[in-house]
Amino acid sequence: MTTTQAQPPSTSLEPTKGARLTGWAANYIDERTSISGLVKELGRKIFPDHWSFMLGEVALYSFIVILLSGTFLTFFFQASMVPVIYEGAYVPLKGIEMSAAMASTLDISFDIRGGLLMRQVHHWAALLFVASIGLHMLRVYFTGAFRKPREINWIIGFLLFVLAMLEGFTGYSLPDDLLSGNGLRIIDGMVKGVPIAGTWISYLIFGGEFPGTDIVGRLYTVHILLAPAILVAALGVHMLLLVINKHTQFAGPGRTNDNVVGVPIMPVFAAKAGGFFFIIFGVIVLIAATFQINPIWVYGPYDPSPVSAGTQPDWYIGFADGALRLVPPGWELEILGFTLSLNILVPLLILPVFLGIVAFYPFIEAWITGDKREHHMADRPRNAPVRTAIGAAGVTFYAVLWAAASSDLIATHFKLSIEWVTHGIQALLIVGPVIAYIVAKRVCVGLQKKDREIALHGFESGRIVRLPGGEYIEVHEQLDDYERWKLVSFTDYKPLMIRPDSKGRISILQRVRAVASNWFFEDRIAPVTRTEIEQQHGGHH
Amino acid sequence: MTATDKKTRGIEPSMAKKSPSTARRERAAGRRHPLATVALLAVGLLGTGGAYALFTTSATAETSTAAQAVVEDGAKLFAANCATCHGMNLQGTTQAPSLIGVGAASVDFQVGTGRMPLAATGPQAEEKPPQFTEEQTLALAAFVASKGPGPGLPNEEYLNADGDAAVGAELFRINCAMCHNVAGAGGALTEGKFAPPLGGVDSKHVYEAMVTGPQNMPVFNDNNISPEDKANIITYLKVLEETPSVGGFGLGDLGPVSEGLFIWIFGLGAIVGITIWLTAKSN
Repeated sequence: MTTTQAQPPSTSLEPTKGARLTGWAANYIDERTSISGLVKELGRKIFPDHWSFMLGEVALYSFIVILLSGTFLTFFFQASMVPVIYEGAYVPLKGIEMSAAMASTLDISFDIRGGLLMRQVHHWAALLFVASIGLHMLRVYFTGAFRKPREINWIIGFLLFVLAMLEGFTGYSLPDDLLSGNGLRIIDGMVKGVPIAGTWISYLIFGGEFPGTDIVGRLYTVHILLAPAILVAALGVHMLLLVINKHTQFAGPGRTNDNVVGVPIMPVFAAKAGGFFFIIFGVIVLIAATFQINPIWVYGPYDPSPVSAGTQPDWYIGFADGALRLVPPGWELEILGFTLSLNILVPLLILPVFLGIVAFYPFIEAWITGDKREHHMADRPRNAPVRTAIGAAGVTFYAVLWAAASSDLIATHFKLSIEWVTHGIQALLIVGPVIAYIVAKRVCVGLQKKDREIALHGFESGRIVRLPGGEYIEVHEQLDDYERWKLVSFTDYKPLMIRPDSKGRISILQRVRAVASNWFFEDRIAPVTRTEIEQQHGGHH
Repeated sequence: MTATDKKTRGIEPSMAKKSPSTARRERAAGRRHPLATVALLAVGLLGTGGAYALFTTSATAETSTAAQAVVEDGAKLFAANCATCHGMNLQGTTQAPSLIGVGAASVDFQVGTGRMPLAATGPQAEEKPPQFTEEQTLALAAFVASKGPGPGLPNEEYLNADGDAAVGAELFRINCAMCHNVAGAGGALTEGKFAPPLGGVDSKHVYEAMVTGPQNMPVFNDNNISPEDKANIITYLKVLEETPSVGGFGLGDLGPVSEGLFIWIFGLGAIVGITIWLTAKSN
């Protein structure tokens, strides 16, 4: 017995050659970098298993795809507006004068092996990048995962979103084709709409009168150097904070505010994530290989005179374009001989206000609720009805602006008059968020009531039983404790009470806060308590 | 142009041919009787002149009777199908404009693409399968053209799509893309009107549309865009039509809108599906 027991340790004491090498290498690196502490910390980082927690990963992986394909493109792209005569393979543009940027983009598309695929991978990945950031933000918002201690990471994430849009727009403008040139012209117009300084700023950006000969080179620097550098740095901080703050998780058995239940990075999650990266890469390449995107050869080289019908920016700039399209006619003032272009300034102000609310929402909500606790449990959206309703209103506002950017296509495809489409969208921009707010809030409260009902009384089984005394009852099937836990564990809030400060006064700010808090928590469904469940079960069956 | 102006376009060219330039032959006085020259001259002149006159008049009579028959056919078709709105004398009514002087090209475009007769009143005439045969359409065109001069049917040589596509593309971007979209995908105009997509439109109809400016389209006459350049534009449109979408499926050539919808619905949709699959509990 003892001999056989001694056998296994003796074999493990003599590691194989491969294991010895790994051990030596690990030791070599650790002695020089002390990296083992980091690996220990990172390797035990826990990821909860829920699909919505993978959306940020989608953004990260599509960003990697963008970096790889973008690097390929820089080998062949010439960021120059020097006029050249195109002599490449695409016949309908042969002999036409265009900028070197446009000509080199055409060469990438038609004369460089794999170039078109890479361009399309880059562009589709960019669209997916911003879209997945958007969805990721929505997930974080609706589950309340931005609450303390994650407010700073929300701000950094928001910065990443803005940077992604900047990257997208600068990249969209680089080929110097007709479509992107029209987009730049709109930017130029918006800049020139700024009172007094507008024209100067425009001249500064374009190096003279639009379009000038500098803008592509400048956008290129922003696109491949400045914005990516900030983006990568912010991404690093975002992920560092993610590790420090740990993941949130949905309520469930064994899950508390002080733990995270899931799989550690090493080895399970790393393997899963590695596979997931290749799936994302594969999906992007599949789309890029099958669906055309931004066919600049159809659009032709930029020339300030032609403007094409149906000119739109890429989807993530759509909301800004939509805001411009929705301005009613005649919004201009003339003051002392100066024209004040409110038709440009109002959208120019609405957008930062909207984005500002998004960026600072965690602080606004924290102030209203007065909640200074740490939150590591993700809320189910229904359990925070007002937050969910605000989110629904915000999404509607954004979506309406976004839809407005395609008002002309809505008109032609649904055979409507463009005036009525525009008026309809204008009305929707005001009414839509209000309706969305009311509907979302009612739906949330309704779902909470249903949850409460189910937690207390179980499901209706549809089985009718006649008791010996002649009474008919329907048998309710009770939830098991695991399922019930998901329904009953959420924090209950109450409106803040107004309290006088140390000097016995109640400030206006306090009153505002009380009103806001009342609005936030006035309509609420209290979670089912243990006593209620016990009473219910004692009383019945 | 007035309604009483009955001078027809169809007959004009043949009338021009009828005025012959008589060749005069100078002959020096010869050995014969002085009057012989005069007599010979008289006989010669009478003979050639007479023969010429005979020949030409019979030819005109033949073509003009044929043309007349076509015009008469057209007149009947017009009376039966168009006159309710456009008036028996093409003078127009409150329902429809006057057709005097619109020319054969206009009729061939409107009727040949099925826009006329109108299926229903609306912001603009919609394209539909043509109601008349090619022959009937041409008869209608000849009839309308006979009531007042206007742009004629385009010359075949401009319709072969063998011009310079690059020049055509540039002209298209400058002159046409603001309504028809740079890829010819069409676009919205005011009050429910629209510029139709140009894919699959017959070369002849493209040319006729340019010279006549149907619906809301402006007229691009030969001084704006020369017939050769019109041929170049047609060439470009045909190249665009025949070139397969190089980068894969074109998503309707609608640009960023369809691309954005695609990535949200199918791209992100597929990926969310994958994430749900990856985190699903095994049964």
